[in-house]
Amino acid sequence: MKSRRLFAIVLKELRQLRRDRMTLAMIVGIPVMQLLLFGYAINFNLRGLSTGIADMANTAGSRALVMDMVATGVIAPTASARTPQELMELIRLGRISIGVVVPPDFERRLIDGREAVQVLVDGSDSNVQAAAAQLAQVPLQSQAFGSARAPAVSVVGFYNPERRTAVNIVPGLIGVILTMTMVLFTAVAIVRERERGNLELLIATPVTRSELMFGKVLPYVAIGLVQTTVVLLLGVWLFEVPIRGGVLDVYLAAVLLILANLTLGLLISTRAKSQFQAMQMSFFLFLPSIFLSGFMFPFAGMPMIMQWLAEVLPLTHFLRLIRGVMLRGAGLFELWPELLALVAFIVVMMTVAILGFRKRLD
Amino acid sequence: MSATTRDIAIRTRGLSKRFGALLAVDDVDLTVPRASVYGFLGPNGSGKSTTIRMLCGLLTPTSGDIVVLGLRIPEQAEALRLCIGYMTQRFSLFEDLSLRENLEFLAAVQGLPRRAARARVDALVVRFDFADREKQLAGTLSGGQKQRLALACAVIHEPELLFLDEPTSAVDPESRREFWETLFDLADAGTTILVSTHLMDEAERCHRIAILDHGALVADGTPRELAAALAGRTVEVVAALPRRAQQALAGVPGVLSVAQVGNNLRVLTAGGGDGSARIAAALKEAGLAAEVMASTPSMEDVFVAATHGRDTPGVRAA
Repeated sequence: MKSRRLFAIVLKELRQLRRDRMTLAMIVGIPVMQLLLFGYAINFNLRGLSTGIADMANTAGSRALVMDMVATGVIAPTASARTPQELMELIRLGRISIGVVVPPDFERRLIDGREAVQVLVDGSDSNVQAAAAQLAQVPLQSQAFGSARAPAVSVVGFYNPERRTAVNIVPGLIGVILTMTMVLFTAVAIVRERERGNLELLIATPVTRSELMFGKVLPYVAIGLVQTTVVLLLGVWLFEVPIRGGVLDVYLAAVLLILANLTLGLLISTRAKSQFQAMQMSFFLFLPSIFLSGFMFPFAGMPMIMQWLAEVLPLTHFLRLIRGVMLRGAGLFELWPELLALVAFIVVMMTVAILGFRKRLD
Repeated sequence: MSATTRDIAIRTRGLSKRFGALLAVDDVDLTVPRASVYGFLGPNGSGKSTTIRMLCGLLTPTSGDIVVLGLRIPEQAEALRLCIGYMTQRFSLFEDLSLRENLEFLAAVQGLPRRAARARVDALVVRFDFADREKQLAGTLSGGQKQRLALACAVIHEPELLFLDEPTSAVDPESRREFWETLFDLADAGTTILVSTHLMDEAERCHRIAILDHGALVADGTPRELAAALAGRTVEVVAALPRRAQQALAGVPGVLSVAQVGNNLRVLTAGGGDGSARIAAALKEAGLAAEVMASTPSMEDVFVAATHGRDTPGVRAA
């Protein structure tokens, strides 16, 4: 591998990138958009669920209970009804997500220790259901004990079963964003030149396969680091995400994930017949990464076979690294099995990509 | 190095390429002498590009042997790539790089040291008359400019052997003339040039040509030799009603093709026997007044004879 030729390819890629406004905008745009979308959508508590209330008891106690529920902010009364049947009809029509039924014998039931209030839930949205389940319990207990100091109602982390908060999402988002953008960058890299006819010219020159492949990967490492920086800065500013470990460790972990994704993309690019096909293949790999890596759902809850599958994904290992470093303050090298897994992934992908690429048209 | 590898740039024996059911190149024996402009003439789909790609080592032959510049291809293709230039049929430079950036990139990829690369790019910019366009994006150049840029990039490392695949297909006649002058300059300087074309006038300019038809080599030699082999077989007919005369001649035995050129007809006969007399008789029978005279064979006649007349004695000059 000659540095002169390698550098020529890197320079060429950067020059082309500089003129590709759409891609340039995406480099910063995607991390910002994703962070804002995921950061807010995933982390903030479910609030203002449209609610119908049928208070058939209409006593001081029942009114106080309803007020307590509304005070949590989780529900917002938008309709009133006289019977549970009316509430069910409103839910069916999608007018409300939650119905609160206070039966006429509310006080009696309280004294008897029976269930005093029924919360009807639009079960078609599992997150709403989870929120309502908690909502239904807490205020009732405080009423039952007749305590003046009702414990604050808190309904947290519905959307993510482990009840992680923004702090836990943002480090993972670095990985998700890098997985999303990096694979795509190199996935189209070779196949685009094939489509445009550049490749026939390139492979008729003395340029080697390794020079071509490394030349395609290196410029995007820099771009991945730019994205990492954007997410980190926004994460720290907007979501007050701590970086408990070393910043250098964070970047080192990011570089490994970037390389893993770029080499994976390169492999896709040497196999795909068209840019469209390359994008489809990238997307096909992107979804399992999001769902199986432990970003969305807890890893431990998955069946064994899915866990094994997840071990193949670079994002899985990166998440363990980055959460360890950023949140638990672990040193990168203390997490060496994950490091090793990423390095192995990179080496295998790059080797297969280079060996799979032929300087031939047939 | 033996005498043959010094004088011969390309030699193939029994070269064939099959794509599934299609035999794209069929048993081609080719000998291209050094420092000459060698033309590949053939209609679209006749196997010109496929042959060139096999000669560069980009496609693997189904069977046959190739030796280019003394190297066995495809086995030694990497070594060959250091000394060839290849201009693809489709514009294959980077449209989103400027003219100069394209040249710089190719110079680096071809392994020119930095200083030499800069000097070479400067020299090519002057020689190809790009001085005011260095910063222009290659995608915005005209057809003729793109073609000149492609040639400049193909010769940036001063290759011994240049493959040009239909280089002038998207270019106006004026640019084509200039382009060919550049090719002869290169050939004079010792470069061997293999150029494919479907244009007769371009074929005529080559030192030697090979005519490909349906993947088979149907004629090769110098344009003069090939034309000479047709002596006596071309006839010019001056008729009052050229279209009618053409129809009348269509089925006459021994007539290979009739083409209208202005008000005259050019007739190619199979040779052997008196073609002119038979033509005159056929026209008389059809009741058409016409004058029939012998004419000098042109490159088009050579091409037609080679591609349409495969059932007749082949046109093959030494």
